[in-house]
Amino acid sequence: MSTGTTIAHGGALAFKPGYADNAADALRDLRPAADAVDFDFELEHHHDAASTAQLGFWVYLMSDCLVFAGLFATYSVLHGRTAGGPTPRGLFDLPYVLAETAFLLVSSFTCGLASLAMGRRSRAATLGWLAVTFVLGLAFVGMEVHEFAHMVAEGAGPDRSAFLSSFFTLVATHGLHVTCGLIWMAIMMVLVAKKGFTPATESRLSCLSLFWHFLDIIWVGVFSLVYLFGVS
Amino acid sequence: MLGKLTLAAIPYTNPIVMGAVAFMVVAAVAVLGAITVLGKWKYLWTEWLTSVDHKKIGAMYIILAGVMLLRGFADAVMMRAQQALAYGPHSGYLPPEHFDQVFSAHGTIMIFFMAMPFMIGLMNCVLPLQIGARDVAFPFLNSLSLWLTVVGAMLVNLSLAVGNFARTGWLAYPPLSELHFSPGVGVDYYIWALQISGIGTTLSGVNFVATILKMRAPGMTLMRMPVFTWTALCTNILIVAAFPVLTVSLALLTLDRYLGMHFFTNSLGGDPMMYINLIWIWGHPEVYILVLPAFGIYSEIIATFSGKPLFGYTSMVFATMAIALLSFLVWLHHFFTMGSGADVNAFFGITTMVIAVPTGVKIFNWLFTMYRGRVRFESPVLWTIGFMITFVIGGMSGVLLAVPPADFVLHNSLFLVAHFHNVIIGGVVFGAMAGLTYWFPKVFGFRLNETLGKAAFWCWLVGFYVAFMPLYVLGLMGATRRMDHYDNPAWQPLFVVAAIGAAIIFCGIMLQLAQVVVSLAQRERARDLTGDPWGGRTLEWATSSPPPAYNFARIPVVRDRDAFWDMKQRGVDMKAAVYRPIHMPRNTGTGFVMAVFIGLAGFAMIWHIWWLAIGGAAAAIVALIRYAFDDDRDYYVEAEEVRRTESHRGRAQLRSV
Repeated sequence: MSTGTTIAHGGALAFKPGYADNAADALRDLRPAADAVDFDFELEHHHDAASTAQLGFWVYLMSDCLVFAGLFATYSVLHGRTAGGPTPRGLFDLPYVLAETAFLLVSSFTCGLASLAMGRRSRAATLGWLAVTFVLGLAFVGMEVHEFAHMVAEGAGPDRSAFLSSFFTLVATHGLHVTCGLIWMAIMMVLVAKKGFTPATESRLSCLSLFWHFLDIIWVGVFSLVYLFGVS
Repeated sequence: MLGKLTLAAIPYTNPIVMGAVAFMVVAAVAVLGAITVLGKWKYLWTEWLTSVDHKKIGAMYIILAGVMLLRGFADAVMMRAQQALAYGPHSGYLPPEHFDQVFSAHGTIMIFFMAMPFMIGLMNCVLPLQIGARDVAFPFLNSLSLWLTVVGAMLVNLSLAVGNFARTGWLAYPPLSELHFSPGVGVDYYIWALQISGIGTTLSGVNFVATILKMRAPGMTLMRMPVFTWTALCTNILIVAAFPVLTVSLALLTLDRYLGMHFFTNSLGGDPMMYINLIWIWGHPEVYILVLPAFGIYSEIIATFSGKPLFGYTSMVFATMAIALLSFLVWLHHFFTMGSGADVNAFFGITTMVIAVPTGVKIFNWLFTMYRGRVRFESPVLWTIGFMITFVIGGMSGVLLAVPPADFVLHNSLFLVAHFHNVIIGGVVFGAMAGLTYWFPKVFGFRLNETLGKAAFWCWLVGFYVAFMPLYVLGLMGATRRMDHYDNPAWQPLFVVAAIGAAIIFCGIMLQLAQVVVSLAQRERARDLTGDPWGGRTLEWATSSPPPAYNFARIPVVRDRDAFWDMKQRGVDMKAAVYRPIHMPRNTGTGFVMAVFIGLAGFAMIWHIWWLAIGGAAAAIVALIRYAFDDDRDYYVEAEEVRRTESHRGRAQLRSV
């Protein structure tokens, strides 16, 4: 195994002088640990594809977090600019929003149960908890749409004042994210039902659950900054 | 049915616009016709449009950047010509509303569709190779990012033929960009082109951060990464952190214009300065997003062509990180005149000046790398030295502008225009050209013609100084930016000189086009058979030129900085006795198809064609869902095929010895 025995046109001879030794020599040259070889005979390029996907998704979530940061900052600046129109105090119905919040927080818990069921490889339980999560998320979106419709009907639409523009945009962006999460969840339920737990479905379910918990955290911010501070 | 779109949207009556449109149509027909005549549609689809190979995606980004450079430069020439003519009794040849579109399009195109795709293209071409990876972390996402960027660029180009472009400057400040003052589709073209391409850029950022953090070859610790990889990491972190703010700013402006909201209006509590703060919270990091990779390119080139390791690697890394952090703390210097008070202005003035410190560290590192090196003055080095001199001048005028009282005088003057062209052309464009020359043989397998390259460099360098030094003077004389007409006859000679400078740069660009054509024609003479045409130091030179789809038959183990240099010193044989199957992602048309639908939706939003907007967006989502159900996304390159490819490479290298 000295110079390129299996290769036509003579392996190492094709190289400049001084390139004579090869990987086999390097293997014989017993240096410690990772420094022992010059090449990694890595069979599986995507051996940690799942962890790369998780990291990538985290990075995406951080960028999405900054979308919300921009909207929170905008709301913070504009929330007093009511232009003679409705004010937060007169507009927000705290018990209603609390119920809405409860739906989303519980859905985050059931989403966690779905992840645990995935860990146990129980397809039925996973699908069941995902379905519960889906219904709770749908209820949240439904309540939000109802709240918006009510406000618009009262003449407190997003075009009434800068405060209302920033309110609707912040809350609706969150709602839109939840809606995308619901579509994603529906697709994942079909995928899990059809294909079971493959590395791809498991990785995507983990990302979905990260996304769902992320939206939960954002909502805690919305609830505190917009609703609690708004009526206090 | 077609919203606001009618035949009246096509500006038949404007001979200048129609001339440009005719040129674009002829060029497009020629290209499409050539593809048809040569029977290359299938090849184009299977090998390029659907490709998830980072090298091809990178090449396509750079082609886009080149095309848009021509478009943006045409705008520049029009502005220089107008300003050389339009003084006193002469009104020039462009009416104000057309001139305003020209400078808006020039800035938008040069930043978003020339500089950005160029840098992202170079990162795509080189980054996975430099870290010893076989592809990026998310190949499909990479293809989607590319096509979203292309679609954005096409929307800007389309605005020339159908409707008009924004007349608001490249950042579309409200309240001018609000519906009340800009009722046409111009600002909408701007918004949707940037929103679509911006999302593509954000996805690129996510992709590269994950690639660099997770896919480095064994042994390549963070502090063994090539400096270009380091600057790319910082750049992409900046993209992930800054582009969401652009998305938000544009979205809020969109809501103002489409749903009558009041974020930035003058009435009902809106605040235009909100937009200007938000857009610069993205905008300042953006200029570092452009220039940091260029710093990386210069670092690679100067080390390679000096035959020495980069001086002060660690300080280079820390300087890069410092610049990346500071870039978020300076945005207010773009509008000291907002009137936020002496304390706030002083804070942002000082943070701005502080950036000169890590930048200075870099300049000294490059100089010390050359010191006692055996510097080979090939064209990448010329670009680098041209950059060092030019950028230092631009940096000094920047520090001057960072002094708030001075800025009150110079704000929005041509001094500012001269400053940012000084750093962007001297920093980013020179870096892009240097990187292109340096890595071209790696991606395409042959070198660019050196004579024409050097001639192009000198035209660019001389042209830059002739075009922009007069603008510094004009700024000090009181000339403001974006004037379609002026009354001071003392300014005219300097504007004429600036126009001559633009003509010299034009010669440079023509020489570069000639360089590509000549190099292509003579490629057999300039083939790079070794894979290492410059005596390189980093891993991209360890594989053949062009590299096989899988980049490395075996992943090299990294033991040192300048990993390939170290391998050459130790005489490591690149050839294996046995090969293993290689796992690779399969091409997919999903990214292209999604981008086409999203582009249609964007066009429909611009023209208020609501059914098409909804339909386009829905079709894009359906395409994505279809891809989610597709399991056949990867394949193995058989060991035998790897062996055949590698032995072919062996023959090529044998010929070269």
